[in-house]
Amino acid sequence: MPFANTIRTIRLAFKSLLLHKLRSGLTMLGIVFGVFSVIAMLAIGEGASAQAQAQVLALGATNIIVLTVKPPADTQQNSSGGGRRGFSVPQYGLLRSDYDLLTSTLPTISGAVRMRELVSEARYLQRTLNARLVGSTTEYAEMNHLQLLRGRFLTDKDESEMANVCVLGAETASTLFPLEDPLGQIVQVRTHRYTIIGVMRSRTASAAIGGSLSGQDFNKDIYIPLSTFRVRVGDIVFTRLSGTFSAEQVELSQITLKVRDMKDVVATSEVVKESLKRTHGAKSDFDVIVPLELLRQADQIRHIFNIVLGSIAAISLVVGGIGIMNIMLATVTERTREIGIRRALGARQRDIIHQFLTETIVLAGSGGLIGILLGLSTPLAFQGLKSIVQNFVLNQDSGNSQMSKMFTEMEPRIAWWSLPVAFGISVGIGIIFGLYPARSAARMDPIEALRHE
Amino acid sequence: MHAARLIDLTKFYFLGDNIVRALRGVSADFPMGDFVAIMGSSGSGKSTLLNLLGALDRPTGGQYILAGYDVGTLSDDDLSEIRNRLIGFIFQSYNLIPQYTVLENIQVPLHYRSNRRSIGPTEINRCIDLAERVGLSDRLDHRPFQLSGGQQQRVAIARALVNDPEIILADEPTGNLDSVTEKEIMDLLTALNREGRTIILVTHETSVARRARHQIVMKDGLIHSEGMLITDGEK
Repeated sequence: MPFANTIRTIRLAFKSLLLHKLRSGLTMLGIVFGVFSVIAMLAIGEGASAQAQAQVLALGATNIIVLTVKPPADTQQNSSGGGRRGFSVPQYGLLRSDYDLLTSTLPTISGAVRMRELVSEARYLQRTLNARLVGSTTEYAEMNHLQLLRGRFLTDKDESEMANVCVLGAETASTLFPLEDPLGQIVQVRTHRYTIIGVMRSRTASAAIGGSLSGQDFNKDIYIPLSTFRVRVGDIVFTRLSGTFSAEQVELSQITLKVRDMKDVVATSEVVKESLKRTHGAKSDFDVIVPLELLRQADQIRHIFNIVLGSIAAISLVVGGIGIMNIMLATVTERTREIGIRRALGARQRDIIHQFLTETIVLAGSGGLIGILLGLSTPLAFQGLKSIVQNFVLNQDSGNSQMSKMFTEMEPRIAWWSLPVAFGISVGIGIIFGLYPARSAARMDPIEALRHE
Repeated sequence: MHAARLIDLTKFYFLGDNIVRALRGVSADFPMGDFVAIMGSSGSGKSTLLNLLGALDRPTGGQYILAGYDVGTLSDDDLSEIRNRLIGFIFQSYNLIPQYTVLENIQVPLHYRSNRRSIGPTEINRCIDLAERVGLSDRLDHRPFQLSGGQQQRVAIARALVNDPEIILADEPTGNLDSVTEKEIMDLLTALNREGRTIILVTHETSVARRARHQIVMKDGLIHSEGMLITDGEK
């Protein structure tokens, strides 16, 4: 029964270590914190990437998003569209004809939705909100994974009738109607009034697209039929900005294409880019976003994150290992006599190596186990950290910034593979840093060792 | 039948250019059941001889035959096995392992048996019997620091017997003890010798040496004289 011997060796190792509880405990601490920080760092990295992934997936993994982008100022002047009263109104962005072109020529797509958006003030009684007025069709909700809370979403009938109806995002509804039932009420956006027919469920923001830092926040939306948008707001939008009066003409803000098969996404996006380049020429007034590619990037970033964080934590493990080696060397010197006695009583060199190596492995292994237990509490500890930050560091303004939102919305996720890995590493450190002290113990001359005081 | 034979045994230490001739040719026979005291002043070579007899060291020249093995030719692992199986050590300073209990200390040589069998109830009963034999059956769970010097030496004697060795090597076994305890320990060793055990004792005290059947006196790395040099008046 060689197993019984191993158990006995481990038991005896525990006994020797318990002889110096404080010393063993302090030595273990290095490994405890090392393992803890490895698990915690990986959990935070994993949480951050899960957050990023969720945001990208919210855009739809099989979607291709074509956005209108305002071109740089110098190219705008050449492209004046239908000017009025001497104004030169710059025209740019996606066209209704682009939508027709894409939907009629791409065989790989299963659906498409166009959308026109405008940030403008929404008002109900004295309550106002800077909302995003979205003109779109009935497919918009499904394409963006929006869920209805109450009432109904826009229908094809609304579209064909150019109905003056709207559906509110969750935050729009709660801001404008904190107490009342919004259904059936009338909300005013710019100079027009719309009857509320539905309210959407709250939804997490999706990843930032189109080079903007902020993600798409669907909660502050007001949805109206696209045809209504065209009739009420029109393609040309006048804005008064710090005294000057400016206007611009945009037909569509965004076209979202849904690809039938995941593997066609990238190829389809290339076709979209090429065909739009042909119609738009040199004007760089659109951008094609492929969430799937963002997902791949997020995956890469996650890997880099894990490696960097893991390495930082691994340094503390090495420091812990050096601590163990230091203590074991001291222990070997202190127990020289015991080594001599054991040798005289018949212990071979490898028995001595075995004994001291077992002690370091037990030390490092127990430290690893405690570290894992601590590591498992990472989400809890992070929760505490969050509440401290939220209560004492962030105020009203900074609390709404993008960075702080990223922090407060992040949930650390224990990477389960990191537990056995962390334990394996701590045992490995026990072996690596225990080998030298154990060998120096075994190589002592038994006669000298017996004489040692 | 010899338990151990020394044939022209030499041991030199090389310290830089100097050669220290600690043993310069020692021959001796130790028959089974012998009880011999090795005496001599410090520097006479008796410690060196003891280290060789205990298979802790290899001779420079000559032969040391222990139970048929030529110890000088063996590897380090084999020497460990010889020490474990054929030799029972008793030291001046007892050399018990401080974190172990009496019973665990007696068991230590069992851990290093060459077959590496795990310790079963049979072995543990044997250890308890040995503790009883040396009069410590009521102290099995005590730690060495809870015992008197004489009691610690009894534990060491029990430990020396656990693997039923060919010879018992005692290095100044009573050097740290008062005369009353010294007598108790020597009575115990004498009793063991009467049971047929071979005991080699190193001492410089005549009161201890006279309890042996005969004595060897070392001087300058050689056997100076041997035989019934000091007679035990009580015998």
